[in-house]
Amino acid sequence: MNDSELILILASIILQAAPLMIAVCGETITERVGVVNLSLDGTMLMSAMTGFVVSLKTDSVWLGFLAGAAVGALFALIIAFGTIRLRQSQVAVGFVLTLLGDDLSAFLGQNFTHIPGPVVKFMPIPVLKDIPILGPLFFNHDMVVYFAFALVGLTWWWLFRTQPGLHLRGTGERPEAAFARGVNVNRVRYLYTLIGGALVGIAGAAYSLNVKIGWAEGHTRGLGWIALAIVIFGGWSPIRGAFGAILFGATKALATVLQRIFPEVSVVAFNSIPWLLMILVLLIVSSESTERIIAFLPRPLQRPLRHLLRAAPPMALGKIFGGK
Amino acid sequence: MRVEIRDIRKYFGSVKANDGITLTLEEGHIYGVLGENGAGKSTLMKILSGYQPPDSGEILLNGQPHTFDSPLSALKNGVGMLYQDPHDIPPFSIVDNFLLGRDKRLRLNYRAAESELKELSSKYGFALDIQAHVDSLSLGERQQLELVRLLAGGAEVLILDEPTTGISAEQKDVLFNSMRKLAREEGKILLLVSHKLEEVQELCDHAFILRRGKYVGEMEIPCPNEKLVEMMFGQVPPRSERPTFELGDPMLELRDVNISTYRLSVKNLNLSVRAGEIFGLAGLEGSGQRLLIQACAGLVRPESGQIILDGQDITSWSYHKTRAVNVAYVAAGRLEEGLVASLSLTEHVVLAQRETDFFVDWAASGQDAQSRIEHYQIVGRPDSTAEELSGGNQQRLLFGLLWNKLKLILLEHPTRGLDVRSTNYIWNLLYQRRQDGTAIIFISPDLDEIIERSDRIAVFSGGVMSRIVDAKTTSVKEIGHMIGGQL
Amino acid sequence: MRIRTWIVRIWPLVPILAALLFTIGLLVLFGADPVEVFQAMWQGAFGTQDKTLSVVAFTIPLLLSSLGLLLTFTAGLWNIGIEGQIVMGAVAASWVALFMDATSPVLIAVEVILAMLAGALWAGVAGILKTRGGVHEIFGGLALNSLAIIFTNYLISGPWQPPEGGSFFGTVPFREISQLSRFADSRFAPFSLLVAMVALVMVFVALRGTTWGLKLKALGQNPRSAFLLGVSSERETILAMMFCGALAGLAGAVRVLSWYDNLKQNISGGIGYLALLVVMLAAYRTLWVPLIAFFFSAVLNGAITLQLRTQLHSSLGGILTGVMVLFVLLFGSSKALGIGKSSEDEALEPDTSEIES
Repeated sequence: MNDSELILILASIILQAAPLMIAVCGETITERVGVVNLSLDGTMLMSAMTGFVVSLKTDSVWLGFLAGAAVGALFALIIAFGTIRLRQSQVAVGFVLTLLGDDLSAFLGQNFTHIPGPVVKFMPIPVLKDIPILGPLFFNHDMVVYFAFALVGLTWWWLFRTQPGLHLRGTGERPEAAFARGVNVNRVRYLYTLIGGALVGIAGAAYSLNVKIGWAEGHTRGLGWIALAIVIFGGWSPIRGAFGAILFGATKALATVLQRIFPEVSVVAFNSIPWLLMILVLLIVSSESTERIIAFLPRPLQRPLRHLLRAAPPMALGKIFGGK
Repeated sequence: MRVEIRDIRKYFGSVKANDGITLTLEEGHIYGVLGENGAGKSTLMKILSGYQPPDSGEILLNGQPHTFDSPLSALKNGVGMLYQDPHDIPPFSIVDNFLLGRDKRLRLNYRAAESELKELSSKYGFALDIQAHVDSLSLGERQQLELVRLLAGGAEVLILDEPTTGISAEQKDVLFNSMRKLAREEGKILLLVSHKLEEVQELCDHAFILRRGKYVGEMEIPCPNEKLVEMMFGQVPPRSERPTFELGDPMLELRDVNISTYRLSVKNLNLSVRAGEIFGLAGLEGSGQRLLIQACAGLVRPESGQIILDGQDITSWSYHKTRAVNVAYVAAGRLEEGLVASLSLTEHVVLAQRETDFFVDWAASGQDAQSRIEHYQIVGRPDSTAEELSGGNQQRLLFGLLWNKLKLILLEHPTRGLDVRSTNYIWNLLYQRRQDGTAIIFISPDLDEIIERSDRIAVFSGGVMSRIVDAKTTSVKEIGHMIGGQL
Repeated sequence: MRIRTWIVRIWPLVPILAALLFTIGLLVLFGADPVEVFQAMWQGAFGTQDKTLSVVAFTIPLLLSSLGLLLTFTAGLWNIGIEGQIVMGAVAASWVALFMDATSPVLIAVEVILAMLAGALWAGVAGILKTRGGVHEIFGGLALNSLAIIFTNYLISGPWQPPEGGSFFGTVPFREISQLSRFADSRFAPFSLLVAMVALVMVFVALRGTTWGLKLKALGQNPRSAFLLGVSSERETILAMMFCGALAGLAGAVRVLSWYDNLKQNISGGIGYLALLVVMLAAYRTLWVPLIAFFFSAVLNGAITLQLRTQLHSSLGGILTGVMVLFVLLFGSSKALGIGKSSEDEALEPDTSEIES
């Protein structure tokens, strides 16, 4: 394997990771405001199907993305309404929607399987694409990839540098205090749950219009769950989450490479890598043992490592706000 | 500014929390709002600060009627409230916390906020570390931060709800000085909600007294304590007599115990508590006293040292193993740590039994629950759920679940939020326990309680345990200074 | 006032009807005649004795899994990993069925025991990941589900591949003696029904009449209080998971030993996820579980026939059941909608205790 091949692989990793980055960003926003949208797997299937079918019918990928976003927002609306207004369990509603999205996408998309359709246009950025290494890695892609990176940056800025972002985080950490500061807790929760859901919808559409083009039953199955796990791994930060999404893509690519090197090992062994990695990564983030191991290291290393590896969810995540 | 509160009513079902209260507040005064727990002080203050709407009645600011639909709208009109548990956001940095809800601009201006924060805190004599996060502050510092935020938000009327619970004597002095300054020099109106007469006498110049949701009168301060007490309680409650008791042999010994968590480490704990002794632990929240209790209960593992219970080394035993040798631990939050909200009294009785059978005999357990209800005077039935009980009855239930013949009882805030009657009842139960040779260690933020109920006292400050003082010879003042670090 | 009580009384039917309407709307959208579709589904479920027996046969593993989930739900656990536990049970039973030599009763006894053990162990892993590693059971369970399925694929495409060549479809059919004996020529094994009934009684008694059931309940409602009251959260969490896993493993055994006759790629077919829906729709009440499991089974079997007959995708069955659970979850309680007692009352409890933390 030479250098250019490596860059090609890395660029394809980034291309493949882009939808996941968008979904992780969306869910990070939702969870930061205190709501778990567990329906990601079903939402992405539905939006992947809808996005593909709409762009096929209208011959416009943009309308496809719009439709995907609308479906994502609709699912998020059900979660928000069911858990904020009706005070039901976020996990229960989310889980039912996961299964329902799976079945609905299979049913509604039954006449559109395995047929070619429109694709997002390849759009290298002039000048920037010619920068050595960085150019082919980041600037030789399409709008989905650029959108994903811009979104990560924008989300970070919004969360940590703006007054509405402060409202958002305050609501997810301590709604009663946010309320006392004049934040309309439930409205903010509705708003960001919907935005987060719409982003997840865009991610689903991005998958069927850009990464694995077309539609088939169960097209993106599993991806939503991975996105949920990456949100935890990402410590509810969009940047760490994006890093997690790329890392996940890299392990999948690594599996393909390893398979070429060790053809005698069964393909299933490599299929299991992402899932083993998921367990391992969540163990590192959540386990008390990590804390103990960090405590053994030299002091200057402790803080950055803890910052890098550990994470605590927003304090009011999944809790119902009792006030107005 | 002049504030008039007119005929405020607020009912919760059949409970009349506020039943037609009328008060007038004048500029530049510090008012005390006195009353027992449940007198309606907190409800009235929440209404005044926009946290709850009243059922009827009105609030006039400078003669103009105002309705507050949120705490923010109250603050915009100049009314701000400092809650006992400050309404801040623990994981936030201090500046983020200060900025939340401050203005409508999109981008946060950290530099301006930092200088404003610095300026205000030095003006009122607060020493706040701008770089810190809220969850690393003590309760007193969190109060100061919240006060600064309210003042920056334009508060002309400041309500302080039991602000001295859980803060040190120094922090109290700082707070009171800044309150005096705000009233005398800046003409602000201050309301001190409290049930501690000494504080009202020390700080206020006027006091309103509420009882069972009604206004019962007001007094110019200073005035005789007896007058206030009479108005608060209707009649002066007999001060509970503490039965004298001969202490037995050492029941619990701590030898060079070191405990550390990544937040706090407590070093060199040496302590011996005798059978039948009541030992009080004072200190700011998070100073290490809770770690001591939890180490004895088997909830945290000491790094080194020995914990000896009645001659047996129980160091590093698990909670359940420690519990099996008759150590009981009663945490502060009843429905969070102790009771299960949706389980019935009978179910609690079955769960808490020393030895459980595989199959439950519901009839016998129901009778058992009934007899405990009678013995502990719990207002409830065997099939009532824990959440249906009032706070005082929940605490009675917790005590009703304790085993007989315990060796050690570890308590956190045993009477938090209870009225005088329930408090006395709970302590009488504990006094009776001493007959079995039970040693009792408790934590309380209420220094009066610590001094009144303990035989001996130790104070924690920043993870260091003080010398041990005799409750009979010490004073609130001495303990207060020890809390501030003068060990 | 009278109308109001009426509405409150018939309210539980409203979400069910709404789910039916939703499904009918979907059918109209696809140009299908709803009456015809429901007739086809009814025919598919109960048209012949054989089909009715299929519905019963499909109900049994679903019921077994749902019963297991009653335990984990009571303990406050989302055992999404049940799917993998079913698969591992099926794998263990298949291993015995393929490679052990013994008489039929011994074979079946060993199959059942090993399947339960395998399911319990797989559930135990998710339990330990939660109690020791802080990994939420939803994520641990999901990963373990995928690993179990990957493991099955490995077995049927590798070591347990039929001699005639590589296929992803399944192992060779088991010998007759290692399978459960079925009623007539159907897929229904009476023995499995007996086992399911025993499990039903056991779970019912465990939850109603034992200290263990009470401990699970306490743990599910408030883990911290339960721990302080003497409940070992780790032990009970893992036990609840393992009991559920054992029942799921049993369900897996029933799948390979009577529903099919070999180990296939998609051996569980989503029964575990379906069981989660069954228990949610039953609102965690034990005695409702068998009825709802049977109903789900009828709908899904009917939907399969539907696809064969009308070309409409069989996911229609999943949609009908899923929407039903969703609507019941959202609108099932008239209280939540403000038609019954207002939920606002609870939000504003008198705060006279002055405790806030």
